[in-house]
Amino acid sequence: MDAAFTSRHPRLRELLLTLKILSRNPSAVAGALIIGIMAFMGFSADLLAPFDPIRINLSERLNPPGWGHLFGTDEMGRDILSRVMHGARISLRIGFMVVAAAGMTGSFIGAAAGFLGGRIDNLIMRVMDVVLSFPPLVLAMALAAAMGPSLNNAIMAVAFVMVPKFARIVRGEALAVKEMPYIAAARVSGAKNFWIIFNHILPNCMNSVVVLATLTLGETILIAASLSFIGLGAQPPAPEWGAMISVGRKFVMDQWWYATFPGLFILFTVIGFNILGDALRDVLDPRIRR
Amino acid sequence: MRILRYILRRLLYVLPVLLGVTILVFFISHAIPGDPAQMIAGPKASRQAVEEIRRSHGLDKPLPIQYLRFVSGLVQGDLGRSIRNHRPVVEDLKDFLPATLELTLAAMILCLGVGIPLGILAAVKRNKLTDHLTRVFSVFGVSTPVFWLGLMLLLLFYRNLGWLPGSGRLDIMVQPPPQFTGMYTLDALLAGQWATFANALWHIILPAFCLSYVYLAIITRIVRSSMIGVLGQDFITTARANGLSEAIIVLKHAFKNSLIPTVTITGLSFGELMGGAILTETIFAWPGMGKYVVDSVNYLDFPGIMGFTLMVSLVYVLVNLTVDVIYAFLNPTIRY
Repeated sequence: MDAAFTSRHPRLRELLLTLKILSRNPSAVAGALIIGIMAFMGFSADLLAPFDPIRINLSERLNPPGWGHLFGTDEMGRDILSRVMHGARISLRIGFMVVAAAGMTGSFIGAAAGFLGGRIDNLIMRVMDVVLSFPPLVLAMALAAAMGPSLNNAIMAVAFVMVPKFARIVRGEALAVKEMPYIAAARVSGAKNFWIIFNHILPNCMNSVVVLATLTLGETILIAASLSFIGLGAQPPAPEWGAMISVGRKFVMDQWWYATFPGLFILFTVIGFNILGDALRDVLDPRIRR
Repeated sequence: MRILRYILRRLLYVLPVLLGVTILVFFISHAIPGDPAQMIAGPKASRQAVEEIRRSHGLDKPLPIQYLRFVSGLVQGDLGRSIRNHRPVVEDLKDFLPATLELTLAAMILCLGVGIPLGILAAVKRNKLTDHLTRVFSVFGVSTPVFWLGLMLLLLFYRNLGWLPGSGRLDIMVQPPPQFTGMYTLDALLAGQWATFANALWHIILPAFCLSYVYLAIITRIVRSSMIGVLGQDFITTARANGLSEAIIVLKHAFKNSLIPTVTITGLSFGELMGGAILTETIFAWPGMGKYVVDSVNYLDFPGIMGFTLMVSLVYVLVNLTVDVIYAFLNPTIRY
């Protein structure tokens, strides 16, 4: 793209600059690479996975890792590698759905609280404090249990728990942005509150939201897997990593491979999001930048 | 005087939060699909029995009235009865609390005892090999699923090496110590039973490490970054210019000033450790509240689940209140 084009689109220029700086940051590249591999595996699992992840094959029960089954098989004779690959799609989907829902709701609530101020701000933030008075896993567990054990309910429960994180960060930013002269200008020219929130406040909070979203993706995948592990998320025979470990736990003393591989995949996916998130924070913080 | 006023204000601020917590838990328990009266009565109860329970439990009253009854029950220490064993949930939680508290405290000691020195070391050796290694250690810590880590620890230290026991709080042959606190290690010490103490300690190592790893990682990072911030300040340069030894500078002057973020994160971690206990206790068959709540989940025993949720939140809020008070003593500039 030529300079004339990007100079007319400052946000695009900003994005390109950010990507350029990121590509020189080794942990950002490593994180993006891990997530990329997981996403590729998840999306092409139908083509790449050597076996059907659900179909039972009792003659191949609990085979150790070998050439036929690289990661071994489970108690139903299903290929663990194929299940783990399909699991990548489930876990990434959970992560993105939760972060999209919680990120949008939380950002809007936070922007409204910070921008409108006064009683509304006070009320909203006290409600957020209540949600933050529970350890995330505990509240998500109570909500998921109340709604009934299913993957969709677990997603909603985790999303609910994550909302205050976004609301808090965006509120803080909104308090600063609100004092900028262009907000006063917008107001003088007759802009409505909602218009200002969407067109000025939220876009200017995006950097923090992107960093938080990346780090929250990792945390979400951990919490969702934990819920599945205690039986409140994905239900068998779905090849979800946490649910696989939950069953594999019974076999861990003699069939080590069963619980080990799904756990390694959770570990690496979350590491990917965490190191990418840390790198993003360094790059997007204007004070450290250059 | 100002510090008293601060503490008082902080206490007043906790009240609406606690009120909100009870409202939220109340609404969650009412979001349960199905008829609560039927659930208490059991699936085989007659219509009449269900109606009787609906009346006697006040489930036919409007929601605000039900909420008031719920809160007045709470104040009197009534969390309802477990559907599983028909015992009051409070009694169950009381039985299981000491084991969880023991595990959480042991994990906390590990977090601080290992995390603080590691963080200081990483800050002093900034950008050296030690620092990079602690960074890797921390990234793994915040990314590892606790339940999977527990299984891997069992596989390695119990199954393959046979160094540590794999479940429970004591060997089956060992009698529990006389009960003072309900925490076996502490009780054994108080009673002077050294063999029991060693056995209980032996059992708690693996679960405590498993539970602590996440917060160990976080505390290490926090101590490191706050130490780096302090070590760059002028008074440290002055101390060096005055010829103080590096050990005194780091341990006395710098560390003291880096305590505030450490205290904050310690308070937050304590509540989260109780959450993490859900998974750790399940893996290590540790008979605490976490294992209790997972059993409740499997039976869909809602009074049990909600009682646990409320209890943990209460501890979480109170610990953080305590942290804020400690904060005020540590840093005289913090006042409302």
